[in-house]
Amino acid sequence: MVQYAPARLDASFAALSDPTRRGVLEHLGRSDASITDLAGRFRMTLTGMKKHVGVLEQAGLVTTEKVGRVRTCRIGPRRLEDETAWIERYRELWDARFDELDEVVEELKRKEKTDGRKKRE
Amino acid sequence: MDARRGSEAMLMKNRTTVERKSERELVVTRTFNAPARLVFEAWTRPELFQQWWVPRSMDMKLRSCEMDARTGGKYRLSFGDGMDFFGRYIEVTPPSRIVWTNEEGGENGSVTTVTLEEKGAQTLLVMSELYPSKEALDAAGTGAADALHETFEQLDELLLTLGASTGRS
Repeated sequence: MVQYAPARLDASFAALSDPTRRGVLEHLGRSDASITDLAGRFRMTLTGMKKHVGVLEQAGLVTTEKVGRVRTCRIGPRRLEDETAWIERYRELWDARFDELDEVVEELKRKEKTDGRKKRE
Repeated sequence: MDARRGSEAMLMKNRTTVERKSERELVVTRTFNAPARLVFEAWTRPELFQQWWVPRSMDMKLRSCEMDARTGGKYRLSFGDGMDFFGRYIEVTPPSRIVWTNEEGGENGSVTTVTLEEKGAQTLLVMSELYPSKEALDAAGTGAADALHETFEQLDELLLTLGASTGRS
C-alpha cells in the first residue's frame, strides 16, 4: 500500500531546499552532533543553527534530545515514535481524502437541492 | 442537533482521527455535514469515488476505476505501472455499511469496514481496517513509511541535481 502525506512532503521539500540543511543532514548521517557542534562546523550563530534544525525536526527528518545543557541532534524519527509517525502519516492521507470527499458531498447536496426545487416548480 | 447553516459548516473543518484499536485493527473516524445516503453514494459510485480517493496534492492519477459495489461484487483501481488495488465487496448495505477485502496484499491483506451513522444533519463515518495478524498491520505501516522515505531520498537527489545544474550555469 503506497501512502503519501502531503503536509509532511511539503515540509520535507522546504527542509531540503536549503544547502546548509542538506549539509547538516549529511553530517548527521555520519554521526550525532550538538547544536553547538553544528553551528561551529557550518560557521553559523547558535540561533541560526537552531532555526535550521527546527525546520528539519518539523519535517520529521531529524530528532533532537536535550540532556543537561546540550541538545543532541540525530537523523530520522525517534525509534519509539516510529509507530506514531506512520499512524500520523496514515491519518494525514485520510484527512486529505476526506477533505476532498467533503467537496464531492457538498456538490451532491447542491444538486439535490436544485433538483428538488425543479420538481416542485 | 442544531440547524447548522451551510456556510458555517464549510468554515468548520471536521477532524479525522486514527486509533490503533488492537494489535491488528486500525480505526479512522470522521464526521460529514451531509446525510448518510450522499456519503454512501460518494463511496460506491466510481465516477464520484475517483474525485476524492486520490487527493490532488498526491500528484497521481487513477488510470481506471472499476467498482461493482454490491455484495459479492468486485473492484479494481489501477494507477498504471502494475500498481493496482483490488478486492471484493463482502457486504454492501445502503446507506450504512460497506465491507470489502484488500487483496493486493496477498494473504496479509486487510478487510475494510465502513459504517455510516446519521446524527441529525451530520453523518459519522467509522472505518476499520482489520489485518490477519499484528505482523501484517506492522508491515503495512512500515511499508508505507519506507515508501515515504524513498520519496524523500528521490526528492533529495532531485534537489541536489537541481542545485548542481544551477551552480554550473
